[in-house]
Amino acid sequence: MATEEALSNGNETDWSDRYYHIDQILDKPGPRTDPSFLAGEEVKRFLRETCKILVIGAGGLGCEILANLALSGFKDIHVIDMDTIDISNLNRQFLFRPKDVGKSKAIVAAEFIMNRVPGVKVTPYFGRIQDKDEEYYMQFNLVICGLDSVEARRWINATLVHMVDPDEPESLKPLIDGGTEGFKGQARVILPTVTSCYECSLDMLNKQTAFPICTIANTPRLPEHCIEWASVLEWPRVFKDKKMDTDDPEHIGWLYKTASSRAKEFKIEGVTWSLTQGVVKNIIPAIASTNAIIAASCCNEAFKIATSSAAYLNNYFMLIGTDGVYSFTFEHQKRDDCPVCGGQAITVNVSKEWTLERLIEMLVEKQDVQIKKPSLATPKRQLYFQAPPQLEELTRPNLEKTLSELVDDGEYITVTASSLPFDLTLQVKYD
Amino acid sequence: MIKIWSMKKNEDAAAKRRPKTSAAQIRVQKDLTELELSSTMKTHFPDPTDLLNFTLTITPDEGMYKGGAFVFSVNINTNYPHEPPKVKCTQTIYHPNVDLEGNVCLNILREDWKPVLNLNSVLVGLQYLFLEPNADDPLNKDAAEELRKNREQFIQNVKTSMRGGNMRGVQYDKVIVQ
Ligand SMILES: [Zn+2]
Repeated sequence: MATEEALSNGNETDWSDRYYHIDQILDKPGPRTDPSFLAGEEVKRFLRETCKILVIGAGGLGCEILANLALSGFKDIHVIDMDTIDISNLNRQFLFRPKDVGKSKAIVAAEFIMNRVPGVKVTPYFGRIQDKDEEYYMQFNLVICGLDSVEARRWINATLVHMVDPDEPESLKPLIDGGTEGFKGQARVILPTVTSCYECSLDMLNKQTAFPICTIANTPRLPEHCIEWASVLEWPRVFKDKKMDTDDPEHIGWLYKTASSRAKEFKIEGVTWSLTQGVVKNIIPAIASTNAIIAASCCNEAFKIATSSAAYLNNYFMLIGTDGVYSFTFEHQKRDDCPVCGGQAITVNVSKEWTLERLIEMLVEKQDVQIKKPSLATPKRQLYFQAPPQLEELTRPNLEKTLSELVDDGEYITVTASSLPFDLTLQVKYD
Repeated sequence: MIKIWSMKKNEDAAAKRRPKTSAAQIRVQKDLTELELSSTMKTHFPDPTDLLNFTLTITPDEGMYKGGAFVFSVNINTNYPHEPPKVKCTQTIYHPNVDLEGNVCLNILREDWKPVLNLNSVLVGLQYLFLEPNADDPLNKDAAEELRKNREQFIQNVKTSMRGGNMRGVQYDKVIVQ
């Protein structure tokens, strides 16, 4: 048995043999290790002293991910979650105890890991990922997502793709995304701008179950139909523009009461408080074992990417546990028409005196773009829209304006056109 | 860390940065500027800088709803096209597939929505509801029943409602345009 001295980082918590098993992988190259792999102290030092990893989400997946990372030797872990602990989380989110109900998931999870795994620093942030800017995300080597929200995933994906700066290799942050839905799950490795991104695969998502509105209105057969009737049709009828808050127990209570009387009328059984909450919040039952498998896969990839000790996942792992245990790994292709990572970007050098119309003429004449009837906008304003008529009329006066009145030096213009299957990005540089 | 950058160097499309325009925003730009609005459809943006909220007016030039102007609100959220746009009729109208609150029964607005569909599909679907009201997917049961049982009476009711008439205690909005 190897008896190695504690790493010379002055950290007394690194007792000898602490990482005995993991060091078997890091001490020497294997047949499938990357040529850039630096076996021994160097890779261990990177993993344990330098590497900074961000975990987004401290829920079902997040708890598993945090524990796995801490135990495999990541020591500088950050975690973001905007949620507080609910009593219904306790069956699977094992870093939380009944006394923690109502507290921040990120803060409680961080404290738990730090108490349990000596020498690991977990920095929590109790808030939204959108609160943080690119400078914040730039400090990490890797990002792991364990989220249940499509919207939040699309946001972090777009942010990381956008951060990639051709002149700055460090700006490319690998994103490992885990997701589960009942017995199904997936783990994937996204190398922003290199591999397919989250947005590229948006159409692969399982559809949310939605019932035809006329069924809900006329021929309810399921308790879910009664709950949707209460939330989709009755709520706006009774409360007009008042927004429904699915976290407000009073609102859920009203929906539950309304759905129950509807169910009684149609002799339907099964409307309960928790089903009401589940339907309006679109909750799919979370399965602890699915979370464990997906989190393990995500952390395995994080470890391989951080250490280059083995080939990493290329790029999509799918788990289907509904009938037996089936898994499948494939390379999801990047989409040319992906609005986040696809499309083309070109830099155009123009004179400040050019009118917008002249720029559009130049685009139409450009052989390599093959664009007809383009519409243009910057992130701040519409420049020229071909349709609908109201917007065409409103933006038409811009055609005669000089570019410098409309676009700053170095600013980006998004160009769409029906002849273009993707969108084109122009960066304007003035001579 | 793995050296991702070396793989990137081999890609010719590597050297680019993209504007921070959201994917939803780009899709809406593409969808809107490629709308094929026939003479029977018109969009109106109350705040032209806000592309996510607008109204659509349909003025059918054939069928039993000819002569009316039907106004729908269209609200797109930032999760578009993962989620469909929310469409509501802003008037009280007599139609088997639109209830008195303005809810619309159109499959692609709910259960059959897919991200490959676009605003054009929604507009075409809405227009079709006025050409072929459908008694099989009723939201206004009385109207659907009438359409099934007595088409002539249904057409009469449509005319009465469009003039702003009152039927069975329901006051309909006047939608006739001359
Ligand atoms: Zn993409």
